[in-house]
Order: sequence, then structure tokens, then C-alpha cells
Amino acid sequence: MISQILSLAFLAQTIRITVPYALASIGGVYSERGGVTNIALEGIILTGAFCTVVGTYYTGSPLVGILCGVSGGLLTALIHAVVSINIKADQIISGIAINLFAVGITKFVLEILFHSSSNSSRIVGLPHIPMGFIEHQPDVAHLLGNPMVLATIAIIIASQFIIFRTRFGLRLRAVGENPEAADTVGIKVNLYRYYGVMISGVLAGLSGAWLAFDQHSFTDGMSAGRGYIALAAMIVGKWNPLGAAAACLLFGFAESLQIQLQGGGLPTQFIQMIPYIATIIVLAGFIGKAVAPAADGVPYEKEK
Amino acid sequence: MKYAIELVGITKRFARTVANDNVTLSVSAGSIHALVGENGAGKTTLMETLYGIYQPDSGKIRIHDTEVAIKSPQDSIRQGIGMVHQHFMLVPTLSVLENIILGAEDTRNAFLDLAKTSERITALADKFSLSVPLNEKVQDLGVGIQQRVEILKALYRKADILILDEPTAVLTPQESTRLFGILSELKQQGKTIVLITHKLNEVMEISDRVSVMRKGKIVGEMDTPTTSPQEIAELMVGRPVLLRVEKSKANTGKPVLSISNLSYVDRRGVEILKNVNFSVASGEILGIAGVEGNGQTQLVECITGLVKPTSGTISLNGVNLVGFPVKRVFDSGLAHVPEDRLKRGLVVDFTVKENLILGLHTRQEFNSRLSMRRSAIEQNARMLIKKYDVRPDDPDAIARGLSGGNQQKVIIARELSRNAQLIVASQPTRGVDIGGTEFIHRSIISERDKGKAVLLISADLTEVLSLSDRIAVIYDGMIVKIFPDNKVEESELGLFMTGTKGNGREASLA
Repeated sequence: MISQILSLAFLAQTIRITVPYALASIGGVYSERGGVTNIALEGIILTGAFCTVVGTYYTGSPLVGILCGVSGGLLTALIHAVVSINIKADQIISGIAINLFAVGITKFVLEILFHSSSNSSRIVGLPHIPMGFIEHQPDVAHLLGNPMVLATIAIIIASQFIIFRTRFGLRLRAVGENPEAADTVGIKVNLYRYYGVMISGVLAGLSGAWLAFDQHSFTDGMSAGRGYIALAAMIVGKWNPLGAAAACLLFGFAESLQIQLQGGGLPTQFIQMIPYIATIIVLAGFIGKAVAPAADGVPYEKEK
Repeated sequence: MKYAIELVGITKRFARTVANDNVTLSVSAGSIHALVGENGAGKTTLMETLYGIYQPDSGKIRIHDTEVAIKSPQDSIRQGIGMVHQHFMLVPTLSVLENIILGAEDTRNAFLDLAKTSERITALADKFSLSVPLNEKVQDLGVGIQQRVEILKALYRKADILILDEPTAVLTPQESTRLFGILSELKQQGKTIVLITHKLNEVMEISDRVSVMRKGKIVGEMDTPTTSPQEIAELMVGRPVLLRVEKSKANTGKPVLSISNLSYVDRRGVEILKNVNFSVASGEILGIAGVEGNGQTQLVECITGLVKPTSGTISLNGVNLVGFPVKRVFDSGLAHVPEDRLKRGLVVDFTVKENLILGLHTRQEFNSRLSMRRSAIEQNARMLIKKYDVRPDDPDAIARGLSGGNQQKVIIARELSRNAQLIVASQPTRGVDIGGTEFIHRSIISERDKGKAVLLISADLTEVLSLSDRIAVIYDGMIVKIFPDNKVEESELGLFMTGTKGNGREASLA
């Protein structure tokens, strides 16, 4: 069993599961660092996946598909931004509404375009960059040569720098911690909050695109709680990109382990619980020390 | 005379009230100008209008003889105006450096250029003797240092006009002295300073000229050397006031509250109170002086039963209160004026008459078991409103809509109407203006004269000194000194409050 876990196939499996978590989780970091709670990630992933499938199916180009997925995610995030930032409604409720809406709308359009209430037609996958040294293991080579895997790694590292070392990141953090202070030094609080939510839309949309290409189709409700796991990872990672990504890797590992252990004698129901138990244990162990941005979830009122 | 700031005919209305009513104010370049007035007189609104937080409904602003349009703080920063707000505008989780540059960052290749920036800030800090630890997080710093960060933040933006809103409200006497040193230094170097305050000794000590506001208007303006605290106070309040609290000698009886070996360790395992011992006798006011955050809050919470002390006893008329539920603590003869009136003193969305029976609502006079006795509650409210001069005199007014001073009067009225043997009053006049303070002080003293024991906790040294019969100083969870009377200098108290003196250190310093 140990050899199974240490195999390249297992590693590939873990990465395959981790990528969509990580993208959405980093998206959550941007949104919440700026002060907008974003449980709409779940719905954004779903919309992103759906738009990717539609774009790819009708043009035959995965690149157009990704662009559609990102745009779909961005638009969904913008709804959340308007409701949370301008209308100043409760952000949890807005998020839940968007998640429910995403389930309904994708199913509705799925029915119209593909005449099925459960899944779309098959789409082409992403082309991969040749990885000569492991071409004898096609699964692994395909995965490591996947441009989205490379992009995800780049996004994780870049985000760590953007959040902590750039002007944009400093302002975003200030707006999420003490918007009044940011306002008095001339920072446009709501603009930066929009940026945060929009970036989360793009990244969660990408997360959806990954799922679409991974499955070569859209299936009803295919986000399957990944948005919530991504949020949990963001909290475990203390709202830091690297931390969030590491937490996603942990969850990806647990899930991968679960798949690997299936058929090993233990009741499958128990094995399927592994990733969730890992989530609860890690949350319970770390959440006491994780402190959210002070103004996370609180709309900014200029004149009190 | 050259003016740095000229405000001409500024009017600013909020929904119903006129915060600034045709205000004209000129501040000479290179001077320290004090802007004084009661709470709600419109000082802060006027200065926040100058700083671009509010837009005036009418009026003109001239900076260095040029008319300017200020639509946002950015505009005013561009005009060389900096403001240190009463509640600091700092981001606690960011470092000092990040806070200073926020909104005015230098970048190199898309990244923040921290090396160059910290050099610039260090040079600036040296020039004005404003030392701050650049890489520490603001949340780990004391308020005195946070204030210096705010000043540096303004100077970093090249401010030559600096507005400070109630800058000494949270400072110890030593820190205030240091701040005034910094302000003098800034003035020497040609900066213009506007100081919003209601502390008259500060006005006399540091300002060149003083403008007095009342109800949105400027009601007086004079050169500081030509005026007196009495004159300024009367202009502020609009009637003659007593600045000194008048009271007779205490007629002390037997101890009512005795605290012995009281310790409290909080949930995080931090020792907040360390072996506290003191007592308060009937007919006396014991004042506890201390910088906020040295255990005062927890001391009061222990006495009132809100938290359970880790060890020690708190006895009220010989009965140990430790472990009693809150209601039983109060029924044993305690009244409590909490430090945070909005959180713990009032239900702000309830009416005044409802707030006036909070905690007394189970008494038979107000409660017939089946329902509340509405007429008794109404009567109680009318009586207390009259006695304590609560405005508006409407039992059905919502507490939220009252001014801070009147909210405080509602709490004082309710608590004193308990007729308890022991009164614990935390920050009883915080944020209350001169008129209200005078009234509240008189009420407390009259309770003392009726033989009540009063424990006064206040960050306002003037208050502690003028009300107390004895003064205890709390520092780092310990009572480091108890003075047998109130004849002690503020500066002496300050040394104990900051831990410079006390607990054996006294001897080594002397």
C-alpha cells in the first residue's frame, strides 16, 4: 500500500484533486482580504465549469472555453460584489442565493443546449506540454504538462507576493482590516473590494474550467461542495495564499488516499469520510489561531 | 498676518441637525490654534470638512491664500493637510511602516520599495524626535506610539498643516507632555497645528489662539494669553460653570467593600489581576487611577460577578460575593455604572423608561408577575428624568437618539435609584461634556454624603483627583500605591501609573 501511495500515479491524482481547490481557495483569499466574505465560490465554480463546457463545445477550442469559464465566473462574482458592496446586503445570504441560483440556471441552460438534465455532450481536453522524461507514464505526463497545473503553481506563488509585497496587496489588506483608515488616506475602499471579489471570480471560474476539462463534460452540480472545502482551506491557511494552497494539498491528499483505499476491505462509507474528517480535524486544530480580516463581511458605510 | 487656513461661512447639515452653522475661522501660519467646545458643538465635523471627509453645504476654504475645492481626503492631503483622528485611523494588523506609507506607496518594479521608504521615514522621525519601531505591528504598540505613527503618517505625506482631534484623551500625563513637546517642535519648524480639545489646561498650556464653538457656531475667539479657563468654559457651556468640584470632608464609616488577595487569570492564561487588596468604606469615594488596560475592566467584572476571580474574596458588608450569580450580587447591595455605556449600560433600541428599569424589572413595583406595571414604569421614568435632568424629557424617547451625556445620565439615574450600599462607577463621565460632567459629579458626591461607598474607576486624572477621598493606583494588575488623600500631583500619579514608581522601585528611584 505504501508503494501505491508513493507512486507517481498517486501524486498525479493528488494534484488533479488539489488544483481546483487551490484556485478557488486563493480566490477566496483575495475576496476576504478585501473584506467580502465569499461563500459564493461554490456557485462560481459551477458556473465557470458550465461556461467552459459551452464555450469549448461550440468553438472546439479549449482556450475559448477557458475564457468563457473565466468570464462566467467573473460575472457571477460581480453579482455578489454588487449585492455585498453596493447594496450592502448580508454576504452569507447573497452567497447562498448565488449558489442555489447557479445550480438552477446551469441545469436550465443545460436542458436547452444539450437536451439533458444531467450532463452535457463530451468536449475536447486541454493540450499538454510534452514532458519527455516521464512520457512512459502518460497519465502523469499529461498532468504535469497541463498548462493549468503550471498556471496554478504560478498563481499561488504570485499571489503570495501580490498580497504581501505590492501596493495593490497592501491596499487590499487595509481595506479588509480597517476600511475607514484606508478611506482617510484616499484609498477607494469599494473599488478595492470590487477588485478582490473580481479576482476571486476569475480564479474560481478557472477552478470550474479545470473540472470541466478533467471530466470532458458538464454534469449537474459537479462543483460538489468544492467551494466550501476551498473556503475551509483558506481559513486553515489563515488567509495566506501559500497557507491556503498547502491546506488544499492536504485535502487533496486525503481525498486521493480515500480513492486509493477503496476496495481494501474497509467499508467504503468509512473511507469516503476520510477527507471530511481530515477537514474537521484540521479546522478544529487550527481555527482557534486563524483570525479573519477584521472587516471581513462588513459593508463599508462612509457617513455614519 | 498670513493665514494657513481660512474657513469662510462653512455650513454643514446632517439629516436634522446643523452641525456647522456659517462658521468662519482663520488660523495663522506657524501657530498652534485650539478649537474647543462641548461634545456635539461641531468641532470635529468642521475639521473633517476641512479634511475632505464631509462636503460642506455652503462656504469656502482657502489654504495659504488660495481658494481650494476639497472633495476627498486625497484633495486635502494634496493641499498639505494631515489629520490625526480621535480614533486612530491605523490598520492594527499592518506594520508601522505599512501604515505610514498606505495610500502613498513608493514602488520599484511593481513591488513596494520598503528599503528606500524606511530610510525616508527614519530621517523624518529623527527630524521631529518621533521614534517609532517601523517593523512592529501596530496592534502590539501602546496608544502613545500609535499616535506618533499617525503624526508621522501625516508628515510623510508632506503635511504642513496638522489637525489633532482630542489627542490626549487616551494618553498618560507623561505621554501628553511628550506629545506637547513634539507639537512645539513641529511649530518651531514652521508647521501649523489645529488642536481640537475640551481640556482647558491643554489650551492654556500650548495654544497661541483659541476658538470656542457651541452648537455649531463660533462663539468666541481670543489670544490664549488674554483669556482664562473660566472664560473659555463659560463660552463653551453658555452659562457660568464650576470647574472645581465642591465637596466637604468625607465622613467615613465602616468598610462596605473589602477585597482581599484577589487574582484573576483569563482564558488565555494571562494573569490580569495580581493579589489585589483594598477596601472602600461607607461615606468615601475611592478612586482608582491607571492607564486603561491594566486590569481595571476585569476588576470591575469580578466585583459585579460578570467573571469569576481565580482566587481571593470580595465581600460586601461581610458577605463574600464570589461565585454569586450576577443578580444576587446586585441584590446584595451593588450599583454599577459600566465603562461602556452602549454595550453594557443601555439597550440602545429600548426607550428611556425601559432602560430606567433594566435590572430592576423583576421588582414588584414594576412587575405584577403576569405583566409589567406600565403606569409605575412611566411614573418612575418621569420622576428620574426630572431629578437627573435627562433631555429630551420624554420617557418614550429611544435611548440611541440621546446624546452621550444624556445616555450617561439615564444610567446614573437608574443605578442610583437602586439605593445600593456600594456604587461602582467606571468612567462615569467619559465623552460627557462639561455641563453633564458637573451634574454627574454632584450626583456622585451627594450619594457619598448619604453614606454610600463609591468605587470610582477613571482614566481621567482630573476626575480621579477632584472626586476621590483616597486614591489607589493600578498598574499591570496590581494596586501599586494607595494615597490616603487626594493631595497628590498628577505627575506623581503618572509615575505610578506607568510603573516607573511603585512595588519597591520607589526606593531605588528616590
